[in-house]
Amino acid sequence: MIKLIGILLVALGFVLRLNTLLTVLVAGVATGLIAGYSFDDVMRLLGEFFIENRFMTLPVILMMPVIGLLEKHGLQERAAILIKRAGAATAGRVLLLYQVMREGTSMLGLNIGGHASMVRPLIAPMAEGAARARQGKLDEAQTMRIRAQAAAAENTGNFFADDIIVAIGPVLLMKGFFDSVGVPVEIMHLAWWGLPTACWVLVVGWWRCRALDRSLAAVPARNGGPRS
Amino acid sequence: MTLLKLDYFYWLAGVYLAFTALTILRDAGHPKRWGSALFWALLAVIFTAGRSLPPVAVGYLVVVLVILAATRQVSAPPAVKCDPAERLAAAERTGNRLLAPTVLIPLIVLVGTFTFDRLRIGSVALVNPAHVTQVSLGLATIAGLLLALRVTRAPWGEPLHEGGRLLQVLGWTLLLPQMLAALGGIFGRAGVGEVVSQLVAAGLPVDLPLVAVVAYCGAMALFTMIMGNAFAAFPVVTLGIGLPFIVTAHGGNPAIMGTLGMLSGYCGTLATPMAANFNLVPALLLELPDRNAVIKAQLPMAAAIWIFNVVVMYVCVYRF
Repeated sequence: MIKLIGILLVALGFVLRLNTLLTVLVAGVATGLIAGYSFDDVMRLLGEFFIENRFMTLPVILMMPVIGLLEKHGLQERAAILIKRAGAATAGRVLLLYQVMREGTSMLGLNIGGHASMVRPLIAPMAEGAARARQGKLDEAQTMRIRAQAAAAENTGNFFADDIIVAIGPVLLMKGFFDSVGVPVEIMHLAWWGLPTACWVLVVGWWRCRALDRSLAAVPARNGGPRS
Repeated sequence: MTLLKLDYFYWLAGVYLAFTALTILRDAGHPKRWGSALFWALLAVIFTAGRSLPPVAVGYLVVVLVILAATRQVSAPPAVKCDPAERLAAAERTGNRLLAPTVLIPLIVLVGTFTFDRLRIGSVALVNPAHVTQVSLGLATIAGLLLALRVTRAPWGEPLHEGGRLLQVLGWTLLLPQMLAALGGIFGRAGVGEVVSQLVAAGLPVDLPLVAVVAYCGAMALFTMIMGNAFAAFPVVTLGIGLPFIVTAHGGNPAIMGTLGMLSGYCGTLATPMAANFNLVPALLLELPDRNAVIKAQLPMAAAIWIFNVVVMYVCVYRF
């Protein structure tokens, strides 16, 4: 039971809004010490895992120069201009289309997209541009709602269609686990049983995007209203 | 032998981080000049030296990074006033060519993921198949940068400075994903998962087929929320709840159970600040004042998807 202290510390840190890095470090050290590791052992584990997981941070770092440059030269504005010219676009439809594309490529085992490379520079500005073309100016809360939903479209599109046609990531992990405990499973069975959920996630995405469009339309237009 | 090692891209990132540290050091007006420069410099060391450093030394370096962040010694430079009208004018002037690099990058990732692991020169492979996506992405960002420089006709120093500014806006949150992964790893080694599983098994009537399914999917989501990672939760929860109560006790299909269990775990990922790279980092990237705004937007989706998974698993797992 006492091994669960790390979970308690993490929860406490989040509730008290302490620095998250510090909370996580303290929780890790406490859990490691309670499990019987020495302090140096915990440091060794921490270092090992930190090095091993550099790949999580790598794309964000490498993407920064190109995104920074393009944004300075008006990339977000350009994306918004582009979408304003497409008459039928709404914020919700832009996000739903992105989610569909993200799921489609993810089914093939591809990981294109991402918060740093697609959502911030392109998708969120496009959705905002579409909303502005319809509503006129957006207030702060509306802008934030659109952006949060853009991140949500990226995440749901990314997670739930993994590996259905080309199995690389999680399916191999599951196969490896079942092999290691002596339970026979077929790789493609693991992959295909993800299909119902992948379809359902599109329905859920459509529901949320329609809800977004409706909430945006419900606020009376200001500063001139719709363009057309 | 491989031609393009993932390490090269870590070195590149390290050099770039070192450059950012140097820029801060030379900026006398930076509010936290020394702390910020030290932070990015140490991170540069970790990225560049990587596996050639003893892990225990990396551990202590990470502690220094955390202390710098927690004592507020790391900050971004004051925002440069950027005229929106100027950016709009630039956008009008350059036109849709501005979008070309953002199309090129996913395109190279797409082609690279399918082909790079098959290319070889004699006995030398181009990339290690395990790293093909990361290497493709690394190459794609370089190609994207070159194209962006051409399109904007900017001097080459400009992307480095602009990117460094963006990095500093992210600040220490950039490290959260790696830190949380390390925490998950330590939890795993310490046997936290086994304790959680035993608690669930002791507290619920898991000998009922429906209860077993709900407990398994629920534990996957809950445990993923705690660890921030469904992959870490999967072996623990499947070993502790799934295999004994669904497969062994009731003859459930392990493939259906595993897949829908993993997908239930992803619902947990949508709902937790522990999955920082998916939920907290985007909130910062998108400059949302509420750090949990992305999680809040995802909660209704997570709930709807989780319930669907439970229903499909209960209907199918004991039948096929």
